[in-house]
Amino acid sequence: MRGALAILAKDLRIEWRTRESLASVFVLGVLLLVVLTVAHDPTPEAAPALAPAVLWVSFVFTGLAGIQRGFLLERENDCLAGLLTAPVDPADIYAGKLAANVILLAVTQGVVVPLAGLFLHADLWPVLPGLFAVLLLGNVGFAALSTLFAAVAARTRARETLLPLLLLPLALPLLIAAVQATEAVLAGGLGAAREAVAVLLAFDVIFTVAGWLLFAYVVRD
Amino acid sequence: MSDPPIHAEGLVRAFAGTPVLAGVDLVVRGGEAVVLLGPNGAGKTTLLRILALLLRPGAGRLALFGTDAGAAPPALRRRIGYVGHESLCYPDLTAAENLAFYARLFDVPDAAARIAELIGWAGLEAAARRPVRAYSRGMAQRLALARALLHGPDLLLLDEPFAGLDPEAVAALQHRLGELRAAGHAIVLTTHDLERAAPVATRLAILHRGRVAWTQEGAPEPVVVAAAWQAVVVGRA
Repeated sequence: MRGALAILAKDLRIEWRTRESLASVFVLGVLLLVVLTVAHDPTPEAAPALAPAVLWVSFVFTGLAGIQRGFLLERENDCLAGLLTAPVDPADIYAGKLAANVILLAVTQGVVVPLAGLFLHADLWPVLPGLFAVLLLGNVGFAALSTLFAAVAARTRARETLLPLLLLPLALPLLIAAVQATEAVLAGGLGAAREAVAVLLAFDVIFTVAGWLLFAYVVRD
Repeated sequence: MSDPPIHAEGLVRAFAGTPVLAGVDLVVRGGEAVVLLGPNGAGKTTLLRILALLLRPGAGRLALFGTDAGAAPPALRRRIGYVGHESLCYPDLTAAENLAFYARLFDVPDAAARIAELIGWAGLEAAARRPVRAYSRGMAQRLALARALLHGPDLLLLDEPFAGLDPEAVAALQHRLGELRAAGHAIVLTTHDLERAAPVATRLAILHRGRVAWTQEGAPEPVVVAAAWQAVVVGRA
């Protein structure tokens, strides 16, 4: 766990210093939110119904941009070799990168969600605990899968193209469940989202464990 | 007698079907400093990356300190220090932050004192709080060397360690490598610059077409090496 914590602290320090991911992710998130809202031009009554889809479309694209950047850090100056020559289990490297990505996505969500509430006239305050739980579950699943695939893509020349091609088809069940769960939470609370939450939970467990186990094969030659 | 730091037999490695190593045999004992020479593309970097456990050989057997390298347990990595073509340091962190990060990964005791000592050795005191992105090639190389020495490895693998260094830094590195060798550490370094590597060498080897084509024990004689190069590399080109 020592290695995972060191990698997490290092990634957060670099992000805090450069703010490269946060800046691009923030701008992209707000832009998507505005474009999607303006394109639909909903009435104030119909607008809240758009919130789940708008939120998750924003998270997917901003998440892709942020997570990709997280692995490019390791390519510069061959830093990944530095990690791999250290006495650290590759699973710990995965855990550290995953934790950093979850935090990055959470910060993005922390900015995009209130703005979505504002633009789409959705009163999020009463459903905040349930919404927080769904966002966290979706966040962990998306980060688990994309951390693994970002490591695969980072080793290739066509990394910008490859990551979405690898990630999005597999993330589809997660995204459908996340949209359904968000919809149910906004309509009536977490209790109404039981099935979708179960899918999110299962996805999180499966892909976190898969990433933990497979990461060594992905990063090592 | 203790197990040698490196015992390699018949190491083979290819990239996209192109053979790079074609059966390398190499045994390096504690207190030895082996200098690997060879033309570009001879397989020096590939061999070093295999020895650093960054690449797997396609065939052959590699044991480091008597442990099968295929298993590559974390404890084995702790005994190896590696300098590659790049610094392996994060450009947005300072030298001190990079070393502190690696000190955590390697669980270096009394890390602050060790980092201060190595930053002093590398002559980076004035630049220690600047991001590595602002470093010159030579400064980055000195930091890379400090990073490799941080955890006091028993086996040092250095790929072109003199590249980009000024004469003062070359002398400091030669001195440090001499001390380490005398203390029983094993060193393998690749270079095109025999003049700089000669003072630390106890053995010389020429790698050509993926094999160790020539070796010489003891301090290298430039005339002998030149003749060997002529016979092995130019003669078989």
